[in-house]
Amino acid sequence: MSRLYQGVFKRDMTLAFHQKGELFQPVIFLLIVVCLFPLGVGPGPEMLQRISPGVIWIAAILSGLLGMERLFKDDFLDGTLEQLTLSGLPLYAIALSKVATHWLVSFLPIIFLSPLLGMFLNMNLAMYQALIITLLLGTPLLSLVGAIATALTVGLHRASLLVSLLLLPVFIPLLIFATSAVESAAMQLPYSPQLAIIAAMTCLALASAPFAISYALKVSQH
Amino acid sequence: MSALVATELSCTKRDRVLFESLSVTLKPGHWLHVRGPNGAGKTSLLRILAGLSQPDSGQVQWNNHSLDNRYAAALVYHSHKPGLSSSINALDNLKFWCAQHNITVSDDTIFDILAHLALVGMEDVPVRLLSAGQQRRVALARLWLKPASVWILDEPFTALDTFGIKIIEARCQWFVKQGGAIIMTSHQPLNGASETIRFLDMEFKL
Repeated sequence: MSRLYQGVFKRDMTLAFHQKGELFQPVIFLLIVVCLFPLGVGPGPEMLQRISPGVIWIAAILSGLLGMERLFKDDFLDGTLEQLTLSGLPLYAIALSKVATHWLVSFLPIIFLSPLLGMFLNMNLAMYQALIITLLLGTPLLSLVGAIATALTVGLHRASLLVSLLLLPVFIPLLIFATSAVESAAMQLPYSPQLAIIAAMTCLALASAPFAISYALKVSQH
Repeated sequence: MSALVATELSCTKRDRVLFESLSVTLKPGHWLHVRGPNGAGKTSLLRILAGLSQPDSGQVQWNNHSLDNRYAAALVYHSHKPGLSSSINALDNLKFWCAQHNITVSDDTIFDILAHLALVGMEDVPVRLLSAGQQRRVALARLWLKPASVWILDEPFTALDTFGIKIIEARCQWFVKQGGAIIMTSHQPLNGASETIRFLDMEFKL
């Protein structure tokens, strides 16, 4: 465990903080998208409140996809992935550690930023609570499933379009349930069923994705 | 008796047979130099022996077991790619590598090894700012760090100067004398102690 922490997790964190431009990219992207929407669709408070869950969630998904390709790419190109594969550490644990790093670096700042975004788009307190909970439950799913697609395409050149196409079908249900939860919250309705479905998807991904990622990495390196 | 035994290996890439029914045995004290033209399948063979890819047929065994964690603990694999992250420095790269491979090592030891490889003053420079030969030296510092019994070295001399080659050759000779086994590829002849080196010649097949 400490081997994994010292050797893989700390390394990935060090690397992330060395590449400052890429570190802030998801947050800046999200901020720009959310700021541009009122200019595009008109600043009416009711209109903004209605579209707010969709806007924030779509922007979060897209900004997560932005950094996704780099998850294994650099390590694959410079040979670190080979050395990791031969380190004797289980590959699924390495995969899980890398996914955790991706979530901490790409999505955690977004969750911290979401109160500000909610304010921009005239969300009320109930909607904001639902948004935070859906983001906390749903974004790990994005990292986990995204890592499978990235691991599968790591040996290919310019695979980011392919990754997006592969991931879209998985992300659509998440988007539907997450926005529906926030809308229910806006109408003072219970939204626990939607949360339960999102949590179930994340749990399933958490249990199976590390093995799928490690298999995909093995295939890609073959 | 720790031995790496590969039997009846075959490998096909893009419908071209690289090698068929190739058997290799590597015992302590062996130093095997794989020679052959570009595209003959040297790297593919080494990757199969390292356990990174699977042969189309045949099997590789370490101490009569399939390649597992015990093999990983006994192996240093040096590939074309240096396995160094370009944005962090040599010291951190090697420290993280040691942590991954479960090697306890102090910073001073790494400093000494880097000094032996003539990299004094380069320890805290991001690896991307080092020259190709210096990067290769940092990658090869692993030969000093990990107590292993098999080294698989794919073109370790690329970009190294004559002094660098001499250091690595001396280290290889020391390792073989200690009972280590080396399988390596190189396009240049190895100098010195040639009586211990055996050759495996591969052909380019169409």
